[in-house]
Amino acid sequence: MMIPACRLADLPRGEAHRLDLDPPVSLFHTDDGEVFAIDDTCTHQDASLADGWLEGSEVECPLHASKFDLRTGAVDSPPAKLPVRTHQVLIEDGMIYVQPSTEAPNLPPCIAARLAGGPA
Amino acid sequence: MRTVAVVGASLAGLSAARSLRKQGFDGRLIVIGDEQHRPYDRPPLSKEFLAGTVREADLALETDGEDLQAEWLLGVRAAGFDPGDHAVRLADGRSVRADGVVIATGATARMLPGGDGLDGVHTLRTLDDARALRADLARGGRLVVIGGGFIGAEVASTAYGLGLDVTVVEAAPTPLAGPLGEVMGGVVSTLHADHGVRLLCGVGVKGLSGSARVDAVLLEDGRSIPADTVVIGVGARPCVEWLEGSGVVLDDGVKCGADGRTSVAGVVAVGDCASWYDPFAGVHRRVEHWTGARERPDAAVAALLSAGAATPAAPRPPYFWSDQYGVRIQFAGHSAGADSVTVEEGLPDERSFLAVYRRSGHPVAVLGMNQPRLFTRWRKQLATATL
Repeated sequence: MMIPACRLADLPRGEAHRLDLDPPVSLFHTDDGEVFAIDDTCTHQDASLADGWLEGSEVECPLHASKFDLRTGAVDSPPAKLPVRTHQVLIEDGMIYVQPSTEAPNLPPCIAARLAGGPA
Repeated sequence: MRTVAVVGASLAGLSAARSLRKQGFDGRLIVIGDEQHRPYDRPPLSKEFLAGTVREADLALETDGEDLQAEWLLGVRAAGFDPGDHAVRLADGRSVRADGVVIATGATARMLPGGDGLDGVHTLRTLDDARALRADLARGGRLVVIGGGFIGAEVASTAYGLGLDVTVVEAAPTPLAGPLGEVMGGVVSTLHADHGVRLLCGVGVKGLSGSARVDAVLLEDGRSIPADTVVIGVGARPCVEWLEGSGVVLDDGVKCGADGRTSVAGVVAVGDCASWYDPFAGVHRRVEHWTGARERPDAAVAALLSAGAATPAAPRPPYFWSDQYGVRIQFAGHSAGADSVTVEEGLPDERSFLAVYRRSGHPVAVLGMNQPRLFTRWRKQLATATL
């Protein structure tokens, strides 16, 4: 299912936009003009990658030093060890749509523990 | 270079081993660690691990299936170094000879005189320390934290969350004045009072009382603070005794150039034990931050493999974070050189703000409380400004 995310015009290059899905997903508009969607939560600790440091096609977690590749979701170095999911992006008539991945997300231990414990 | 020994198996040592492989070193790689554990992450030890929300397995720094093709010598301490043939002497009598050596032996928590004979008295540096402290905190009761720095404040915050009655004792008039300056140190340390954690400042600790187990902390002004458990968080000293007399120049840690090279060819030092030359400040200094231990080995390894011919990229400004009482604190840059600090966004009273430190009008450091996005932007700006 394609989810309308935001207008391309509302997401300048170098910026990110978080979608309050469950778990949250973020869009990144790179300086090169590409748009990517990945899971917003760092796989190491509860932090929003949309708040992070975007450089090229990588985003660095705003808390620690792990960088995620927007194209593949791969992570480069600790403290994160697992990749984030990537999601398909479609831009049509100036609107950005996201098709959420059906894979299981890699959530950080603190969030995974909370979810496993049932509703808070 | 056929053999490289990395002495130290925590974040800095592991990062060095990874950098070596990433930068093309395909020779024999030996990693020596004095703890039995494979490399693990320390920041959660004062927070999520102590609180029980993160398990030991989550602390592992290596990823599943990662294989650096290294020989791991764990549970054995480095006892000496012979620079003549680059031999690292181990405490069990063995000796490891290497063409290149990465010193990453870290730092050890400072104890108070007389503090280590009593049950219930802890420092927090290693996984084993954290296990022991966690067991004592589970008893509940009264915790006194000696030292209002980041480790002390995080332990206080975690223990408060576990329901303990917590007091923090800080010798300086304002906690965190060293890293954050007087004004912002004061602002950040108000978090304790928000949660009913007592903060006693400007008073030194005379000693501890108790027979087998600690029962109180004795202050220099004559007060006695009852305690069931005590945590001593008064800083760390570099683990470099094993290098004394070896010819590797020491000065509050291993004295290094701006690329981690030591006074001995083929030997570099990284992490908490290393005192790198800081071109910004024009002095050598030890930076005991996670991010430095993660990032600097790249430059040190490049220097090692190229015998100093590589020009290291300018390091990003020092960065550290702390989580206390559910508030995320982030800091980047150098507060020492600042002549002003102003809140640019948000309100300190709401525990959500961004403050910028300036020297002669130029930003030199930035502090954020619960402002990760804005903080990231300012941090980036600082990094570009110092290039």
